[in-house]
Amino acid sequence: MLKKTIEIKSPRNAYGETLVELGATNKNIVVLDADLSCSTQTCKFQKAYPDRFFNSGIAEQDMMCTAAGLATEGKIPFVSTFAMFATARCLDQIRNSICYPRLNVKIVATHGGVTVGEDGASHQALEDISYMRSIPDICVIIPADYNEVKQVVKYASEIYGPVYIRIARTNLKTVFDESSYVFNPERAVKVREGSDVTIVTNGETLMEVISCADMLKEKGINAEVLHVPVIKPFLAAGDVIESAKKTGVVITVENHSIIGGLGSAVCEVLSQSLPTRVLRIGTPDCFGQSGEQRSLLEFYGLTDTKLCENISRYLGKK
Amino acid sequence: MIHAAKSGHPGGSLSCVEILSVLYNKIMFVPCDWKKSADFHKRDRFILSKGHASAALYSVLAQKGFFPVEELMTFRKLGSRLQGHPSTRTGLEGIEVSTGSLGQGLSIATGVALALKLNNNPANVFVLLGDGEMQEGSVWEALMSAAHKKLDNLIIVIDKNNLQIDGDTNDVKSLEPLNDKLESFGWNTKEVDGHNEDELEKAFIEAKKSTKPFAVIANTIKGKGVSYMENNAGWHGKAPNDDELKIALEELNA
Repeated sequence: MLKKTIEIKSPRNAYGETLVELGATNKNIVVLDADLSCSTQTCKFQKAYPDRFFNSGIAEQDMMCTAAGLATEGKIPFVSTFAMFATARCLDQIRNSICYPRLNVKIVATHGGVTVGEDGASHQALEDISYMRSIPDICVIIPADYNEVKQVVKYASEIYGPVYIRIARTNLKTVFDESSYVFNPERAVKVREGSDVTIVTNGETLMEVISCADMLKEKGINAEVLHVPVIKPFLAAGDVIESAKKTGVVITVENHSIIGGLGSAVCEVLSQSLPTRVLRIGTPDCFGQSGEQRSLLEFYGLTDTKLCENISRYLGKK
Repeated sequence: MIHAAKSGHPGGSLSCVEILSVLYNKIMFVPCDWKKSADFHKRDRFILSKGHASAALYSVLAQKGFFPVEELMTFRKLGSRLQGHPSTRTGLEGIEVSTGSLGQGLSIATGVALALKLNNNPANVFVLLGDGEMQEGSVWEALMSAAHKKLDNLIIVIDKNNLQIDGDTNDVKSLEPLNDKLESFGWNTKEVDGHNEDELEKAFIEAKKSTKPFAVIANTIKGKGVSYMENNAGWHGKAPNDDELKIALEELNA
């Protein structure tokens, strides 16, 4: 399931390439972008199928509702822009014109989290998962690497209904093996087995958490690492509860605000089913800032070494 | 039905009655057996972007036989298919899309129009917008998109009753010169008396022949037909009481 050799690949390319593959056989797939098609990689689809690609220009709200109209007529629109503009700017359109009528629109947003980098706070979506998770009937997926993005995009095209997929800007180490890993929307992926602490994560922080778990091991802490790609519907909740039963303490790690995202989702289910001590690691109810991707991850405590420091301190072991 | 529901939007519903009547009786092809019709896919699509005029749309649909007239009295009540603003969730025959949050219907319509073109479907898309609604910025995004994408299968009607909740549209935020704005956005336009069925019909016939997206600006009177409601912003969103209902029905039936 896990990749043996280290490879660094762009999750955004995975998106663009998969769209082209799907578009060849499924003629109902149409793609919309708001002047960011090179950044989101929907330009690949545009090149292959220009008749089924629509650039809305810098008009995201119009784009979302246009997608709703296309879906009303049986098309399967994939709509892309940066996570900031896809969600915050279009929240009303997504809620009222896509989710309320339960239309088959797939919102694939790139550039989620602080790793947008130098562009700074105005472009760093730290609340997008929170917004999306609060709307009824939308499926929210945060894949971790190139290979998982490919499977998730295909999965989205096969299920009916609104889907939000958040893709990182960063080129990432591939975690999952392309031939043996099978994406399962109902389960958490147990990436490391352990008994001292459960670390739950998803998206681009997975690689950092895996590396952090290896560092913790050297300190005598056996961490169980769970990757939860689908946090709405949170069908993997049972796996998180199961692990928490074993370890008794849970850490959540996400490239997102600690309010409303993975940390909140985990706390919601644990507080009801198995009250457990939870430390939420993410951006602490603040706006981001400019900086290099790595420096930002470090500043917000999301690199492997920072995570290792914080988690060992929390567990009372230095 | 607004009286029975004890809430609703009589003013903006009465201003668009003739528009809906002409569209459903003389212009659009829409089978009232809805999805059961073999010609369902050929129907002209209608989107009520000013979703608060739902009472008028439901009335026309019921009268055309889309659903039983008695169902009108469930309007805005718990469990009703006739939601305060039109919804596709309830499965009500005749409703194409869910609307209510203003400014979104035209963008949805451009998506529908694009899909029809991709499918080589010759049906037209009709959208009814309120003039107050034209203050929403995304309407202008959509106007730009429709012209850019050469959507000659898209026809909008602007129910220009010159009133919105807080008063006269020209005092709140003027749209003028509306006609010039639309033309400069690449649309063909026609201004008509929105209560004159002949003028409306002629405008729609012209619109269907247009090679550009087409806007019918319908000059209307908010609350048309009920003396105490006419041109009175106070009747945007409230229901008449028993006595007021009696007067309204007498005047409308006169």
